[in-house]
Amino acid sequence: MPQARSEDRTQLEDITRRLRKHIITSTTKAGSGHPSTSLSMVEILTVLYFGGVLRYDPTNPTDPDRDRFILSKGHGAPGLYAVLAVAGFFPEDDLITLRKLGSPLEGHPNLCRLAGVEASTGSLGQGLSMGIGHALAGKLDDRDYRVYVMVGDGECQQGQVWEAAMHAGNNALDNLTLIVDRNRHQQTDAVSKVQPLDPLDDKFGDFGWEVSEIDGHSLDEVSAALDWARSVTRKPQAIIANTVKGKGVRLLEEAQAKWHGKPLPPEEEQRALADIGATS
Amino acid sequence: MSFGLSRIDFEYGLATREAFGEALAEAGSDERIVVVDGDVNNSTFTNKFAEKYPKRFFNVGIAESNLVGIAAGFAASGKIPVAASFSVFLMANAFDQIRMSVAFPNLNVKLVGSHAGISIGEDGPSQMAIEDVALACALPGFTVIVPADEASARAATKAMLEREGPTFLRCGRPKVPVIYKDGADFHVGRANTVRDGDDVTIIANGIMVAMALDAAKALEDEGVEARVLDMHTVKPIDTEAIEKAANETKGIVVAEEHLAFGGLGSIVSMVVAEKKPTRMTFVDLGDTYATSGTPDELLVQYGLTPDAILDAARRVLKD
Repeated sequence: MPQARSEDRTQLEDITRRLRKHIITSTTKAGSGHPSTSLSMVEILTVLYFGGVLRYDPTNPTDPDRDRFILSKGHGAPGLYAVLAVAGFFPEDDLITLRKLGSPLEGHPNLCRLAGVEASTGSLGQGLSMGIGHALAGKLDDRDYRVYVMVGDGECQQGQVWEAAMHAGNNALDNLTLIVDRNRHQQTDAVSKVQPLDPLDDKFGDFGWEVSEIDGHSLDEVSAALDWARSVTRKPQAIIANTVKGKGVRLLEEAQAKWHGKPLPPEEEQRALADIGATS
Repeated sequence: MSFGLSRIDFEYGLATREAFGEALAEAGSDERIVVVDGDVNNSTFTNKFAEKYPKRFFNVGIAESNLVGIAAGFAASGKIPVAASFSVFLMANAFDQIRMSVAFPNLNVKLVGSHAGISIGEDGPSQMAIEDVALACALPGFTVIVPADEASARAATKAMLEREGPTFLRCGRPKVPVIYKDGADFHVGRANTVRDGDDVTIIANGIMVAMALDAAKALEDEGVEARVLDMHTVKPIDTEAIEKAANETKGIVVAEEHLAFGGLGSIVSMVVAEKKPTRMTFVDLGDTYATSGTPDELLVQYGLTPDAILDAARRVLKD
């Protein structure tokens, strides 16, 4: 049975800075990618992989008893790759090969090419259904692994998310946790302007989920919410994490609607790393 | 229904969908097999599996996208999921889920589409899968099987479950003529020569195989010996059998219950063009949707008959 890694508070904070640094440097080096959508989920990824939650073993990435983390919002790949590298699935030095020909770090996650990636995603709305398949398989086999799926709030405009929400709620999948990275922005504008989804908590609640709303950048709140999720029985859990797109980099935070899918230009990199507190 | 058959007195067996359902239930003792249904289990006959193995049967409701995604998750956790629905809803409604959640990660999902083609009859075009073979063949890594009768549908089901890799099995609604009386010698990717001959070759699958045999009988009366290949596996295609037919006979007729573009005819043509160009004609639905009517009426109206194959063979030979 793989074990969860539990780092202390100072370590966790240090990891958030490392992830942010990798997200910025890898996307700037690539000259494309989605740094801002990756930055909004850094604290969540940190607690999942290092805060005593996910049970995994980088030396045995397909262990049938491992917990699964599915990044449904596949454009957050730079964030996923950063946390997988820091967790030891592959060398951190490889992160700069993001999006380069020959690199397994494709623009969006590819299950076939990179250990630790649980699902090939990038066409939005599909991860929760896959998570349900894993969760049902775990119940059938009497394994106690848990399945975590992360979606974006804009992604919740996809109908498949609600097909899956209906199914998980009706089937009391308590080994399934959905995390909504609610950074409130999508490609062209704010979610509230494009196609509002509020109240999101009521929607999941109506489908039979237990719902918790937190500050997705508070390590304490994220940690407490994931503890809570594991204590819930007979219902799937949705954690709605309020986040900021581009969190930690002033330039991105100040114009969140403008930076979707855009890397920082090289001349902004040092200032961004200074913002993060991770000057290389 | 008669399928326009008049020269051979065929026995009739189960519909390929029912043969699939029975074979699936028989194979169900393998604990890895799970079935995901889109609330059509009494049409696809996965209810036979559900009765025996209710814990491994999941009716997700009328939600094909979720159905395919769940099947993909099962496969990624080591199960052998069979995702079954009407072929048109499975392949067309959930195509991106099949592309992204199954084909791209190359997961071991078995997609089974029933009610393929126009032989479903009165329900009309919205329920008719006539693009499904093209869609499935477009997906890298997919195996695509279109069985002709009860025995081959049983054998195809067994082979599909035993093989690793994403597969699409296309089944039909009506009871169909028996092609293989003593069980089918079935190998994925290898065509069955159901009638030998050296003058012309008819390559067919699904319900068109019986029609091809019926047409071959008429050709025999005209002194023409037709070879009939049951090309049950459309992908990977049996290039050897096609090349042999192109070399040994004077031309090739391809017959399928599917649109003209992207199905069996297109794929056979690619092999012929590359290996041994020869004269070809095609019997298919052309480039149009059908309408409502009895299955036999529709087959006549849209040119899927033994006589249409006969005519196509004559055209091939006429040069």
